[in-house]
Amino acid sequence: MKRIILAIAALLFHAAVPAAAQTTLRIGLAEDPDVLDPTLGRTYVGRIVFASICDKLFDIDDKLAIVPQLALSHETSSDGRTVTLKLRPGVKFHDGETMDADAVKFSLDRHITFPSSFRKPELAAVDTIDVVDAMTVKLNLKNAFSPLIAQLSDRAGMIVSPKAAKDAGDKFGLKPVCAGPYKFVERVQQDRIVVEKFADYWNAKDVTIDKIIYRPIVDSTVRLANLKSGSLDLIERALATDLKEIKADSRLKLALQTEIDYQGLTLNLANSPAGKDGPFGKSPKARQALEAAIDREALNQVVFNGEALPGNQWISPKNPYYQQKFPVPARDVAKAKKLLAEAGLKAPVAVDFMVPNNPESRQAAEVIQSMAAEAGFDMKIRVTEFATALKEAEDGRFQAFFIGWSGRVDPDGNLFVFKKTKAPQNNGFYSDPEVDQWLDDSRKVSGVAERKAIYEKIMAKELDAGSIIYLYHRPVIIAHSVKLDGYRQLPDGLVRVVGVRIRP
Amino acid sequence: MLMFLARRLLQLLPTLFFVSVIIFGLQQLLPGDPALAMAGEERDPAVLDQIRRQYNLDQPIYLQYFYWIGGILTGNLGESMRLKESVFTLIAQKFPVTLQLALMAIVVSLSVGVTAGIISAVYKNTRLDYAVNVLALTGISTPNFWLGIMLIFLFSVHLGWLPASGYVSPFEDFWMSMKTTILPAFVLGNSFAAVLMRHTRSAMLAAMTSDYVRTARAKGLAERIVVLKHAMRNALTPVITLGALELGTLLSGAVLTEQVFSIPGFGKLIVDSVFNRDYAVVQGVTLVTATTYILLNLAADIAYVLVNPRLRE
Repeated sequence: MKRIILAIAALLFHAAVPAAAQTTLRIGLAEDPDVLDPTLGRTYVGRIVFASICDKLFDIDDKLAIVPQLALSHETSSDGRTVTLKLRPGVKFHDGETMDADAVKFSLDRHITFPSSFRKPELAAVDTIDVVDAMTVKLNLKNAFSPLIAQLSDRAGMIVSPKAAKDAGDKFGLKPVCAGPYKFVERVQQDRIVVEKFADYWNAKDVTIDKIIYRPIVDSTVRLANLKSGSLDLIERALATDLKEIKADSRLKLALQTEIDYQGLTLNLANSPAGKDGPFGKSPKARQALEAAIDREALNQVVFNGEALPGNQWISPKNPYYQQKFPVPARDVAKAKKLLAEAGLKAPVAVDFMVPNNPESRQAAEVIQSMAAEAGFDMKIRVTEFATALKEAEDGRFQAFFIGWSGRVDPDGNLFVFKKTKAPQNNGFYSDPEVDQWLDDSRKVSGVAERKAIYEKIMAKELDAGSIIYLYHRPVIIAHSVKLDGYRQLPDGLVRVVGVRIRP
Repeated sequence: MLMFLARRLLQLLPTLFFVSVIIFGLQQLLPGDPALAMAGEERDPAVLDQIRRQYNLDQPIYLQYFYWIGGILTGNLGESMRLKESVFTLIAQKFPVTLQLALMAIVVSLSVGVTAGIISAVYKNTRLDYAVNVLALTGISTPNFWLGIMLIFLFSVHLGWLPASGYVSPFEDFWMSMKTTILPAFVLGNSFAAVLMRHTRSAMLAAMTSDYVRTARAKGLAERIVVLKHAMRNALTPVITLGALELGTLLSGAVLTEQVFSIPGFGKLIVDSVFNRDYAVVQGVTLVTATTYILLNLAADIAYVLVNPRLRE
């Protein structure tokens, strides 16, 4: 009898006091991520998921400074050709294997040699990797390459478990095994990605949420409705036009930051006859005229309710590399008309204006169209589905292309592949031997002042006869439930969960 | 009967062959470059070349077709370029979701549409008839995505009764599964219910004026029996044919509704794959849905033959 009473009491006790309640963070993503393999991944949204499962050698802080993550320090030799990394001891992968110099060498080699690796260009400067001791790795470079450490603060610096990666081959992304705060549990394509807290994480004391569920919800209205109804706790890429509604809701909070991206107009200078015979191929003054015709602040007010940051360079005015010498110019229609006349172009100057098919781009393009019309441009908007637009741009079937870049931590990542002659993203076929030389030089020096001095020369050329009119930098808009404490937004837009708490 | 079945099954082979050619051919007409679409921001020429080689995109189109068909004949539908997951696994993940949604939508539209059609025919030219007709027209003309978002705002944001979107399998949590699918099933069923209502109404009106109904009435049968047993049974034949065809359409995925409610079914899969130029997935899903559609049609034909012996000759 006594035993039965005890058993019942135990049962009741269990029912009344559940073991510490599981906390789950539900995050709404704007797209379904691609494959979750750091070597093969190529989407922005994929990086948001990686932020919880795969730690990197380095991370960034809110000022874009490099901070330690899996590596504790880095030291570059005086000639810039060897970089020595000291690793964090006591780090385990999700499968229990130890993260050491061998694992780092394996992961970096995998990024560099895997046949369809998208990390190859990021690590192209790395020649060989030596394991000095269990916690020290030496990277031998083909040439000095100052953006390297910044590259190691993104996917190229993600370290995977060698055992799991060897076993899975190119299927590693179906069940990634890394050394991040959360380990992968399951994924149902287009429905959810579930990760759970990794008990042996090197910084486990700051990880309080037990489980994260990522849910891709493409429609921004529906994403916000899910947050408002409590089906989600945090959404990324909320729309600027919804800011008022979010601010008015006492159950929601906003986390805003200026992105490291840029949005702008890529002009076709010489790619195919459309470029060579177009207004921008004929005279650099046409580019200057178009730039003078645009009121960036008005564009910001109309499309982003004033939440974006107008800019005129490949990095935002908040970035340490921003050239104060070239401030954002004001609109000057008279100047624009004069420049067009000097270019020998007769108004209306027709421009084939390719615009990706999304509400934000279309709206911005229409504002630009009407501003440019006053200066004598006839911007013929051609709304094009994104994958088609990429191919059209590659083949030179455009004269102006409204396209942005999600941005990289190091300024080189926003510049080199767009400006170097024949570089993969140089769709306007910009080519200047001096700029090519300066671009190479900028990678060889590592001091901010030295690099900035080189960038100043490139910027001057860009404003005069370049192929991109930089317009603005978008805001990162994260909306979350007030139950979330300690959420901080960094400029790269990723969602970092270490240090975040959920109140019941 | 066996001969009939054998003949129909043999006819299936050339049909499927042409379907496969059309699916493959139409996809080649899509503008854009799959390797470029896959690479997104990471456009290194060497890597792009490697991807083209890996997925045979550098081969002539007819060879690409043979690689694909060869794979299918050996039971391999290919692999998603974007996700590195096999197309078969993706389809196996999505099919139960789409099937559940389609069946629920059919139940909604049959129960609402047929009932409303009968009521409207029986009470022809009364206020009730006009009211049902106005409702039906509203149903036909309301866009799914708009209705979906409005229902989310009403039932999830304001009332908080149902989850705003997402999907839970009935084997995991039956009630939660019903809660997540009832709104999309209603949205999908709604527009088709309206179509069914119009068809039921006109078929019922025709039946109600036919000789056998007059005979039934003359025999002194109760009106309820005349309507439900005599008129309705005959009026339902075209309605069931319509329902079977609609089920086939629903099984190929409901693009807009799935997008609004974030239901991971065929519709979402195919839209994402088209935008990402993930050819293997587009081809695989289209082939499977086309085959399902053809098989459903075959099943309907067989059912007719069973019901109507005159077709057997």
